[in-house]
Amino acid sequence: MYEDRIDKIIDKYETEKGILIQLLLDIQHEFSWVPKEAIKRISERLKIPCSQIFRVASFYTALSLKPIGRHLVRVCVGTACYVRGAPRILDSVENKLGIKSGETTSDGKFSLETVNCLGCCALGPVIEIDRKYFGKLNSAKLEKILSSCN
Amino acid sequence: MKSLKSPSDLEKLRKDILAKKDPKRLAIAACVSTGCQALGAQKVLEAFDEEIKKQGLEGKVEIKETGCLGFCEKGPRIVIYPEEIYYFQVKASDVPEIVSKTLISNEIVERLLYTDPVTGKKARYLSEVPFYKYQNRLLLESNRKLDPKKIENYLAIGGYAALAKALFQMTPEDVMKEVKDSNLRGRGGGGFPTYRKWESTRNALGEPKYVIVNCDEGDPGAFMNRALMEGNPHSILEGLIIGAYAIGSHEGFIYVRQEYPLAVENMETAIKQAEELGLLGEDILGSGFDFKVKIHRGAGAFVSGESSALMTAIEGKVGEPRPKYVHTSEKGVWDKPSTLNNVETWANIPLIINNGAEWFASIGTAASKGTKIFALAGKVNNTGLVEVPFGVSLRDIIYKIGGGIRNGKKFKGVQTGGPSGGVIPKQHLDSPVDFDELTKLGSMMGSGGMIVMDEDTCMVELARYFVNFLCDESCGKCTPCREGLKQANKILNGIVSGKGTEEDIKKLEKIAEVTSVASLCALGKTSANPLLTTLRYFSDEYEAHIKEKRCPALACKELISYYIDPEKCKACMICHRNCPADAIIGEKMKIHVIDQSKCTKCGTCYDMCPPRFRAVKKVSGEPVPPPIPEEERLIKRAKKEKRD
Repeated sequence: MYEDRIDKIIDKYETEKGILIQLLLDIQHEFSWVPKEAIKRISERLKIPCSQIFRVASFYTALSLKPIGRHLVRVCVGTACYVRGAPRILDSVENKLGIKSGETTSDGKFSLETVNCLGCCALGPVIEIDRKYFGKLNSAKLEKILSSCN
Repeated sequence: MKSLKSPSDLEKLRKDILAKKDPKRLAIAACVSTGCQALGAQKVLEAFDEEIKKQGLEGKVEIKETGCLGFCEKGPRIVIYPEEIYYFQVKASDVPEIVSKTLISNEIVERLLYTDPVTGKKARYLSEVPFYKYQNRLLLESNRKLDPKKIENYLAIGGYAALAKALFQMTPEDVMKEVKDSNLRGRGGGGFPTYRKWESTRNALGEPKYVIVNCDEGDPGAFMNRALMEGNPHSILEGLIIGAYAIGSHEGFIYVRQEYPLAVENMETAIKQAEELGLLGEDILGSGFDFKVKIHRGAGAFVSGESSALMTAIEGKVGEPRPKYVHTSEKGVWDKPSTLNNVETWANIPLIINNGAEWFASIGTAASKGTKIFALAGKVNNTGLVEVPFGVSLRDIIYKIGGGIRNGKKFKGVQTGGPSGGVIPKQHLDSPVDFDELTKLGSMMGSGGMIVMDEDTCMVELARYFVNFLCDESCGKCTPCREGLKQANKILNGIVSGKGTEEDIKKLEKIAEVTSVASLCALGKTSANPLLTTLRYFSDEYEAHIKEKRCPALACKELISYYIDPEKCKACMICHRNCPADAIIGEKMKIHVIDQSKCTKCGTCYDMCPPRFRAVKKVSGEPVPPPIPEEERLIKRAKKEKRD
């Protein structure tokens, strides 16, 4: 079922040099992870060994080899957020969702990740949920934001 | 718009754009950069759309979306033209009033103006706001005038005039000379003279030659590149094309981290528009010079900001560094000569070409010229982007511009240069900020992150944080960095959890020495800086952790305990209800007590206790006072007693 969507993404780049990372980022964007089928298909069409694609996919933090939940919660633990209480925010999110960073809830609703910097350092602590940013967080705000996710 | 074939076409278009501008037209400009978005800028814009229709102003007010103005702390920020009224911390609920008062009756909504926290004075103009008053915003200034998605806006403020000047009035050698005389140094971290990099690629054998923009901005705590690329992408593009012309390159890359989707989007739009106008592509402005550029999104690896690693990533491979016996300026992307400069470096080029090297070199200190953008964050009142000439003191940045430390706390140190930099303590606050001064203090400029820390930040824990960060981000290719950081991390983890021994400091110093000398790339070589500066300036904190098992900042979880002061507890139940570990014993009218055996030291009770009570206390290095006996816990309130 993935094939058409994967092929469409590969079509955009096929003739260009050095596009593996861009291709994988697009796959990640489309499926929210990099499925095995995508690695196989890229390997077939671009004549790149699977092992090489896997190495790239496992090296970069933006690429995930596991499927993620419906909502992706990313807690910024960059220095600016860190000194303003990001560890506390991370603790609360972990407590609330009952998972650790890098895990997905058993109902597949939430995935939790930490991220090194979202570039909103002036507003720390910051989290990102489904590509939306929330700044100047505290426990009360966090609770509201998490419970608004369906 | 049709393609421009000559500099006079460009000037004609510029005149047309300016002629169409009505300086008296009502307009609202809102910052829509990631920072203000996080604070709800989109909702404010939507409210304006709706309210303008409702109050019958449709078609009479222009709504503009602009880039970051730097004062993120006070976002969302809007400007009302033509009067240039600045409103800060605007909420959607303020919008009806702004429309009816300011737009219709030309009155000011006083409460939305900036209020000076010291004098209580309202600032009617931007120049009266201390945060801006002491800055010299050569690069960031344009952000407020531009819709980054409209090339016309950039042309209206003189955009691409430097490109036309370079292509038609200067030879590539003239451009090289101008950059050399300006003494511009790379803004990405090392402060390497830009001219030397360019010259090395220019003279290197091999075709094609590449020019690259580095917007990896992996330093946690730095976001000036994001603000520039989101807010004024054309200035970077213009600088890049001029550089390519000087170096003799016809192909470029813009490397942007994928965590900055808006920067990617705005740069994509900018490239498309510049191509349509003939400012990019073949035969630029009819000069015969060709240049094309592609965006490469970085997939999230700190080490990929290092030049050789970044270039490997552009080739589509794992972004790991390589030994640099041969510089990337001679053998870079696909082994071809490649010049890589930071976003901010490129953005300075049009300014230098337009105003001349002499003008540029008149700003700053003897060896560091021009301005630098700093990302001021952490425990300081005014957080945001600050652009000042080199040579301004740390004290001026933190106190005059930054408004001092939050909540009346004491300053402890400022961390500059990200994970490769160090912490600078109080006694060096008057040091002028430039490339060489910061290095002398054991830190570095880095890309300009400046994180202020107060008495509540533990310096040992901070060193642990950075070493842990670098440990995660180390690519593992060379042993000193991979293994050294791992061991240092282990030792530091021991110290912050009260298991440190007196030999630990010596071991840490030894590891730091080896990693700084023997690592392959700059990530490893500079990885010891956070550790060494904290050891140098805050050795007393290390000693307290090791000898007394005490954290002076009351921050290290394993070394602190919480208790409730029975004198201050009003038995309000707030901490009791919110404790995730059910560690608080208490009920209404009964003084609460923390069960130390259950307490996970998460600090929720400390945060939740209402500031007027402040009953939850932290201690370190001493036992908590014993809980008061059960029978003494009942609170008798005066009012209740009367009723009884």
